[in-house]
Amino acid sequence: MKLRILLPALLFAALLGAWELYARLGPLDPLILPAPDQIGSSLWHDRGLLWDNLAVTGREVLLGILVAVAAGVGCAIAIHLSTTLRRGVYPLLIASQTLPIVIVAPLLVAWFGYDIAPKLAIVALICFFPVTVTTLDALASVDPGAVKLLRTLDASRWQVFRFLEAPAALPGLLSGTKIAVAVAVIGAVLAEQAGSSDGLGHLLLQAIPQLETPRAYAAVVLLSALALLLFGALSLAERLAVPWAPRTKRRNA
Amino acid sequence: MPAKGVMDTTLQAPFISAPASIEIERVTRRFGAVTALEGLSLRAAEHEVVCVVGPSGCGKSTLLELVCGLQAPDAGTVAGAPAVYMPQRDLLMPWWGALDNAALPLRVAGQSPAAAREHARPLFAELGLAGFERARPDALSGGMRQRVAFLRTLLSGKPVLALDEPFAALDALTRAEVQRWLEQALERAPRTVLLVTHDVEEAVVLGDRVVVLSPRPGRVVAELAVELPRPRRRTDPAVGALRERALAALGVTA
Repeated sequence: MKLRILLPALLFAALLGAWELYARLGPLDPLILPAPDQIGSSLWHDRGLLWDNLAVTGREVLLGILVAVAAGVGCAIAIHLSTTLRRGVYPLLIASQTLPIVIVAPLLVAWFGYDIAPKLAIVALICFFPVTVTTLDALASVDPGAVKLLRTLDASRWQVFRFLEAPAALPGLLSGTKIAVAVAVIGAVLAEQAGSSDGLGHLLLQAIPQLETPRAYAAVVLLSALALLLFGALSLAERLAVPWAPRTKRRNA
Repeated sequence: MPAKGVMDTTLQAPFISAPASIEIERVTRRFGAVTALEGLSLRAAEHEVVCVVGPSGCGKSTLLELVCGLQAPDAGTVAGAPAVYMPQRDLLMPWWGALDNAALPLRVAGQSPAAAREHARPLFAELGLAGFERARPDALSGGMRQRVAFLRTLLSGKPVLALDEPFAALDALTRAEVQRWLEQALERAPRTVLLVTHDVEEAVVLGDRVVVLSPRPGRVVAELAVELPRPRRRTDPAVGALRERALAALGVTA
């Protein structure tokens, strides 16, 4: 238990130390690679600026994930219930993931403006896919024997979904959302860089030509922290909402 | 025994009306080029326990699915009272406690969670499960899970139970214990039972009649009436004699 916290903490400290040494003694200009203490001091001195932009990006990420979960669950259920959709729509979903966001983002900005809407669209576009796939797999992996049992109890299609498929899909949905939060942050940054007047992505875009490299790194630290926080919150939700899932059980054991 | 009255109202009055027999007449069922059952005829009278034994792949599970209306025969007729299917694995919902799992048929029938629980509770307690109401399946032993699954089957209120190797997943000790438990449960809440198994001894211990099927395509090669008093012991020589006859019909010679 103690080792589980101590080990990554030591590893992290060692990496940080190595970075500090390399940045100070190595051949690179601090404008290219700032040392951790410079980043730390930027985190403190630029805290007002960073915080305001973090709030903007955080909002985009959260709302984008909500849109992605709604769209992903909707897609998964529709595809699960309809063979026609499975054949027709599923390939399109996969194709949608090959769209380079860098190409699509300016288009969305042109359509929706500098508003939050194109950011949500981009975050959702990146995030709905893992949600759809994991939810769909969980729906499809329901035991056929349990479906037969429910059918001999005269359960309707809706009851099979409600009593069996929906709860069985919940762990899959949560896993998909966990994957989604990691990429959601990248999506929000790309969306902001395609056109916006605030957010950490915008801040990054400005900080680098202004030679404020430590500030740019501070923004990256905050973006990572945001992703970690969301991931942690989802793991907690998983533990509370699906305590029967085998993954959670192993972790507690 | 005051709980007896509770059982009667819970299990019999509102649900069961029609005579609970099954009549299978010259049924054939094919899957592509494979004939699973061919010209199979089988009857079960009301509250009779018919055990069907046969080699692996002789269409035993197909037979049960026909009785439950999950499949239709290619030829012949299947007539009988509504049947509920109980698969080999308990298939309890891992997210529900034992009582909620047992009460699933009542939820499907439209009862609220609270009402379903209240209706299931007396029988749950009477069949020796009291204290495990909230235990999730992963906290129950295999034998306990199978009891909850049986209770769920009973609470469907259907007059016919179609049991697909219900004891196959249990160890020998637990199996004997749950078999005895099932006999008691059926004594209190009589049902017409069609039980398929590959365990001849189990068939003789539990059945009023044992039907032996041939290898695929499955058809009836022997029927043995088991007119022994219950509870039956595996070590009873009469049980052993019937077991030998069933094994001989299967073509197994010890």
